[in-house]
Amino acid sequence: MSGEPLIGLSGVRVARDHGRIVLDGIDLAVRPGERVGLVGPNGAGKSTLLHVIVGLLPVAAGQVAAFGRPCRTEREFAAVRRRVGLLFQDSDDQLFCPTVAEDIAFGPLNLGVGRAEAAAVVTRTLARVGLAGFEHRITYRLSGGEKRLVALATVLAMDPAVLLLDEPTTGLDQEAEERMLALLLSLDQAMVVVSHEPRVIDRLATRVVHLDRDGLKAA
Amino acid sequence: MADHASLADRAYSPGAVPGARAGLFSDHDPRVRLAVALVGCVAAVALQSLGALASALAIALLALAASRPDLRRLRGRLLSLEGFMIMVLVTLPFTVPATAPDGILLQVGPFTASGDGLRRAFVILLKANIVVLLLAALIGGLEATQFGRALAGLGLPGRLVTLLLMTVRYMEVLQRDYARLRRSMRVRGFRARADRHSLRSVGYLIGMLLVRSFDRSERILDAMRCRGFNGTFRHDPLDAAGGRDAVLALAAAIAVVACVAVEVAVR
Repeated sequence: MSGEPLIGLSGVRVARDHGRIVLDGIDLAVRPGERVGLVGPNGAGKSTLLHVIVGLLPVAAGQVAAFGRPCRTEREFAAVRRRVGLLFQDSDDQLFCPTVAEDIAFGPLNLGVGRAEAAAVVTRTLARVGLAGFEHRITYRLSGGEKRLVALATVLAMDPAVLLLDEPTTGLDQEAEERMLALLLSLDQAMVVVSHEPRVIDRLATRVVHLDRDGLKAA
Repeated sequence: MADHASLADRAYSPGAVPGARAGLFSDHDPRVRLAVALVGCVAAVALQSLGALASALAIALLALAASRPDLRRLRGRLLSLEGFMIMVLVTLPFTVPATAPDGILLQVGPFTASGDGLRRAFVILLKANIVVLLLAALIGGLEATQFGRALAGLGLPGRLVTLLLMTVRYMEVLQRDYARLRRSMRVRGFRARADRHSLRSVGYLIGMLLVRSFDRSERILDAMRCRGFNGTFRHDPLDAAGGRDAVLALAAAIAVVACVAVEVAVR
């Protein structure tokens, strides 16, 4: 893989509740076209790592850089979040609007897109994830697989350059998983994929890194 | 539990969904519908004479018929109201003292039912029904988001509107959380009794629900920030109210004036 890293972590340390250090000395570079598989035991800090990249959690030491610029302040991270999409583990956390269309339009509207253009983005993105015609469905009544696809659509609607996927196929049946994998493989964004399922990592990842208490290593 | 789920369901009407039934008010500006409903309800509550209230009821019924409501849903709403109203009808005559000596309708042992009480019960019955029918006709078919935007359009603070819309969205999720915890208690043999163990366990259940909800709200806010949320919802302003809205407002004004006129005439 070549090119300047889109995301670069160097020497990152993260402390959570009461100073417990969950990540320390983490170096990671994500380059264009890469799909990085992030594996490791429960509680190793995989989700935390994704949250650090978009600035939802502060670093205690080290540096986070995105698109060639170091990021420290909330303002700098707010700009990063426009180009780095994070898919949450639980889609119910991500889908908070009553209808699918409103949820997908939420991001583009925040970016200052007009309502008509946002509606076009909704139609286009739903077609992209294979859910054309779902605009007026009620989010909480979707099936688990549909929820995950809609959650991905809300992220794709921001037109991100990098995707951070936190267990994108966990809890999905085989058909829904296959659908999600095919969709992810068809995207050209760089990705970091957290998963506990070897077959998901095998299918998706172009390289795999392993995170445990001793830090992050190539696997 | 099923009741709660259907409560959340009811918050979503098919108003904005294509192919759903359209009534007279479907295409009116939601702000005007809400304002007309509010004025109508306040007027109905202020009326005192049975004649004026009967006219108002007739108008509310007409409006309801014009709105082509979902009858099954309406029946549910009305049944819960009338159940309560029966209580009022039964108890009020006995609790309101008769003003005139010949105002006593019925004597059961030490209890006396007064004509004044019965009249007051009827007034309450009529007012409550007018309010519910008007709301069902004018804003019953409004989709949750539309309702929120209408409230914001009428000057309700954005935070309260956000709170309302979030409540609608997450009621179901909370309900599921609760059901899941409750089930896990049941499979371990828990049955609610009137003892300390039961009270403590239910306390844990409620506490756990609060903690989980708090955590969830943090995650939701994170997810929203990831999509560029900075504290305020961006809504395009609603289209300006049009001619048909003016007609509705005028009709409502005439109806209110007519009812007040009846009230004054009867007095």
